[in-house]
Amino acid sequence: MAEPSPSDDDRERRFLERIDAGEKIEPGDWMPDAYRRQLVRMISQHAHSEVVGMLPEGNWITRAPSLKRKIGMLTKVQDEGGHGLYLYAAAETLGVSREELVAALLSGEAKYSSIFNYPTLTWADAGTIGWLVDQAAIVNQTLLARASYGPYARAMQRICAEERFHERQGYEIVSALAEGTPAQKQMAQDSLERWWWPTLMMFGPPDTESRHSEQLLRWKVKQLSNDAQRNWFVNLLVPQADAIGLRIPDPALRYDGEAKQWRHGPIDWQEFRTVLAGGGPCARDRVRVRREVQQRGAWVREAAEAHAAKHRTAELQP
Amino acid sequence: MSAPTEFTLWEVFVQEKSGAPHTHVGSIHAADAELALQNARDTFARRDKLVSIWVVEAERIVASRPEDAAGLFEPGPAKVYRHPRFYRPANPKQKR
Repeated sequence: MAEPSPSDDDRERRFLERIDAGEKIEPGDWMPDAYRRQLVRMISQHAHSEVVGMLPEGNWITRAPSLKRKIGMLTKVQDEGGHGLYLYAAAETLGVSREELVAALLSGEAKYSSIFNYPTLTWADAGTIGWLVDQAAIVNQTLLARASYGPYARAMQRICAEERFHERQGYEIVSALAEGTPAQKQMAQDSLERWWWPTLMMFGPPDTESRHSEQLLRWKVKQLSNDAQRNWFVNLLVPQADAIGLRIPDPALRYDGEAKQWRHGPIDWQEFRTVLAGGGPCARDRVRVRREVQQRGAWVREAAEAHAAKHRTAELQP
Repeated sequence: MSAPTEFTLWEVFVQEKSGAPHTHVGSIHAADAELALQNARDTFARRDKLVSIWVVEAERIVASRPEDAAGLFEPGPAKVYRHPRFYRPANPKQKR
């Protein structure tokens, strides 16, 4: 006897029970449309960020000051490409195609982390990205590694393990400059001053203005609010900057002895909104470079396809 | 600009040490088996020492459906007599 099919309300109730019980949701499982849409949005933005993130650092591979720095930078950029692939694959399990995702990036309609719309002006910036930006990513991704959607959580676990190296190689670069000549130390200090506030903005708008946070926390896609993550990051960074003699560019930064926490000063959210709307110094350039790379690689994809087609035909011969 | 090429989806399994089972690590796209193996190596073997990689065309995998899980897997825990603890050999020297 056929059972009556459960209503969407029943399914949603059962879905939330599974989330509450700490179960992971897998690709074939029933999920609310809104959950699927939010995950596609988050995972694809995250994938695009990894891919675009290769560009500012890629600029410095040929100009790295030593062979050690060059192989470190090469490895890191290659990792970012790999991370993009893990994440595109996770997004695809939700029913979007790789081709749609790539097309959205190339057309400029896809969003990616606003941090990559800032230029890397000096060698110190190549280090600061690893130290600040990758460390901010680790805070965010350590939490996402526990996200309720299985493929996203698994991709994050792999990524987190690799990001530790990125953060350390970046901190090493900055610390070497900080104990170098006065000009080198100044270069490190200037770099920290350029990247500090944009990195804090990476965690997204304040909790009072975050449109998606409440729902994402309910679904256990997110585990901590934007402000809580930002605060965690600030508390990691203050002693690290202090240890290498650099000054965080926030006159209002203070230690809250009661809570045993560092508190940052007010953030200029107008700048964040401008950069997010594509107003960052490098926004157009990033997409233009991605398009050129896609075109230059077209012959490789065509050759691979032609080779595969030839072998499929050969197999059919008696 | 030409449309991006659509490649086949492959699932990737790696063996981390001799004697260990192959475990699923993710998926990649590639035009054929040879390139699938190469892409899997580039994507999933950048650091860790691996013993072997398998790639399988995703559409060749036959999988149970989530809605069938109750019927397929429910009998397991119910059959207590399939577990050693169900059996208690007599031991005259020990009071139970």
